[in-house]
Amino acid sequence: MGIDRRNFLKVLGIAGVTLSAGKSFGTTKEKKSDVEFDGILYDSTLCVGCMSCEYACAEQYGLPDPTGEPAPGVVRKTNDTNRIVVNCYNTSKGEQFIRGACNHCNDPACASACLTKAMLKTDEGPVIWREDKCMGCRSCMISCPFDMPKFEYNSPNPKIQKCRMCYELIQEGGMPACVEICGEGALTFGKRRDLIEIARTRIYEEPEKYNHHIYGEHEVGGTGVLYLASVPFKELGFRNDLGTTSYPNFNKTFLYSVPAVLILWPAFLLGLNNSVDERKNKISKEKMN
Amino acid sequence: MNSEQHTGVLKFIIHELKPKGKILTPFNVISGITILAAIVILVIRFTNGLGSVIHASQDAPWGLWINFNVITGVAFAGGAYVVTFMVYILGLEKYRPIVRATVLYALLAYMFYAGALLLDLGRPWKVINPIIGNSFGISSVLFLVAWHFILYMGSLFIEFYPTVTEWIGLKRQRKFFVSLTLGVVIFGIALSTLHQSGLGALFLMAKPKIHPLWYSEFIPILFFISSIFAGLSLVIILETIDQRVFKKSMSFVHKDSHKNIVLSLAKTCAVAIFVYFSMIVLVFLHGKNYAYLNSPWGYWYLVEIIGFVLIPGVLFMYGYRHLNLLLVRIAAVMAILGIILNRLNISTFAFNWYGNTIHFPTWMEIVVSLAVIFSQILVFRWIVRRMPVYTESPTWVKYEKQIKPIKMKTKKRREQWKVLAE
Repeated sequence: MGIDRRNFLKVLGIAGVTLSAGKSFGTTKEKKSDVEFDGILYDSTLCVGCMSCEYACAEQYGLPDPTGEPAPGVVRKTNDTNRIVVNCYNTSKGEQFIRGACNHCNDPACASACLTKAMLKTDEGPVIWREDKCMGCRSCMISCPFDMPKFEYNSPNPKIQKCRMCYELIQEGGMPACVEICGEGALTFGKRRDLIEIARTRIYEEPEKYNHHIYGEHEVGGTGVLYLASVPFKELGFRNDLGTTSYPNFNKTFLYSVPAVLILWPAFLLGLNNSVDERKNKISKEKMN
Repeated sequence: MNSEQHTGVLKFIIHELKPKGKILTPFNVISGITILAAIVILVIRFTNGLGSVIHASQDAPWGLWINFNVITGVAFAGGAYVVTFMVYILGLEKYRPIVRATVLYALLAYMFYAGALLLDLGRPWKVINPIIGNSFGISSVLFLVAWHFILYMGSLFIEFYPTVTEWIGLKRQRKFFVSLTLGVVIFGIALSTLHQSGLGALFLMAKPKIHPLWYSEFIPILFFISSIFAGLSLVIILETIDQRVFKKSMSFVHKDSHKNIVLSLAKTCAVAIFVYFSMIVLVFLHGKNYAYLNSPWGYWYLVEIIGFVLIPGVLFMYGYRHLNLLLVRIAAVMAILGIILNRLNISTFAFNWYGNTIHFPTWMEIVVSLAVIFSQILVFRWIVRRMPVYTESPTWVKYEKQIKPIKMKTKKRREQWKVLAE
């Protein structure tokens, strides 16, 4: 099959467009496991359920005072006016408190789902939401395995509400408001690597007191907020079926196939079209004869 | 084009803007009331926030406008890429009479459903962000889908534009845009492949939230394959309705080819459905989710898979074998319902299934959803009544390849064409 100038230019054009367009669609995720992220260690055994972290957070961000209080049988959830909740569960070791808020994943699903980079995993560790970027599509809420981003449904200018680990305070060398106020030592702020060391030490020193599992060390590829408790986390309302793969990985196969499809598909279709045309011409010529 | 011609074109368009046909028909009244109600609801939505109108919650963030109009509606717009593939790439000339209507339907579908997306966005004034390049979230599936929507809308517009030029009488523009057709068709098919599957990929990260019977890593492929017969089923219904509504103005070629086209589409649908069904069976076996089958969710799953995938597939095949148009149309309606079920199951009903609260949309959401569809139909009708979608192109259009009348050629008709050809 000969290729004339016109066809050659056509193929060249289509290949060029797909090449340049395909490039921009690939994933460019840097491997972030080597970076030292900031994190928070929450030790459930030290928590007394005083809710001062909730109040401090509300004050820091001008949100209304938290309502209700931790009690067994009542599951409070974070919402658009409440970024932290402390809950109480009846467990095999009596009543235990547990804190819930954004876990600041190492490789967050919300940031990977965001088409405007409004959700951003900062180099310091906190996952923050940026008002000037967000268009309110709520993909972050669809993707987050912990259901943490919350949307202001009753506002004409809605925002996404979630813990931002007091990013501004951290940058100035401070620590998050909730950690600052916690008088019981249940919350510790520091580098994630150090926090894991601390958590391991605590388990090692008091093996009877703790459940030997640091929730967040491996879950969903590792989270910035780490949890220690005396009972299995299932009893504290945590999901134990989230896996240890980071969630953006579920998209990777699809996203990697995009440039390939954009390049190979048009080329294949053009070839198919050419061969069909040729056959048609042949048939019509035979008919003429 | 000089200024005189310009004013001529302008006058022509102003003249054509006037409604044709009866105004007070039942359809017009119902759609008019729905659209007016939707406008009121949308005013409330933009002043009081989304929560005042839709039943989306913190657990189920997307309401009906995204889950039905965008995610489901776009699957039905898939007919355009399949039909253009068959006509322009495979050279199956028998489908040519329906190309224009299909492309027009898809173009309007994308325009109106992208519009529905804007209604659902919390901060629609920021929608320009992922387009102008100040914040490209290139690792996001939605980013890809959004861009493909925009590019594909452009492709569909270029594919349809020759019809517009024939209507206004822009000969040179027609020539130019017709020469682009093959290129944009190929580009459009590639885009469609990716964004039809991309709509499924939106849910890949919702792994812990979607019921295991519906979630699998193959969602994108299932979405793509199902968009083939979803789109074609809609084309069958669209053609059936249009044959009645535009009966008077429809050209001989369109009327004559209708039965043959519907039956051939039925065959394609049957093949696509069986591929889809076997994929589903494979995914089910692969997922080892047998235990879930004997539960209310499992029964619901079987209703979808058997009742609205397998049965329409069999009906399509049977209808095609026995040349039964009615059966094919019933199959098409069932396949359409099946796709609606599938998309809503994944995005709404089986989403956050363990929460034990099933999300039903509010009546206000439904009114707006319907209004979007009604306005699409109204615009479709407006265009079909004016532009040569189902009518013959004006005489100045020199067809390089004459549209051939298809099948059921009686001797008499054959002779008629011979005379015409001479």
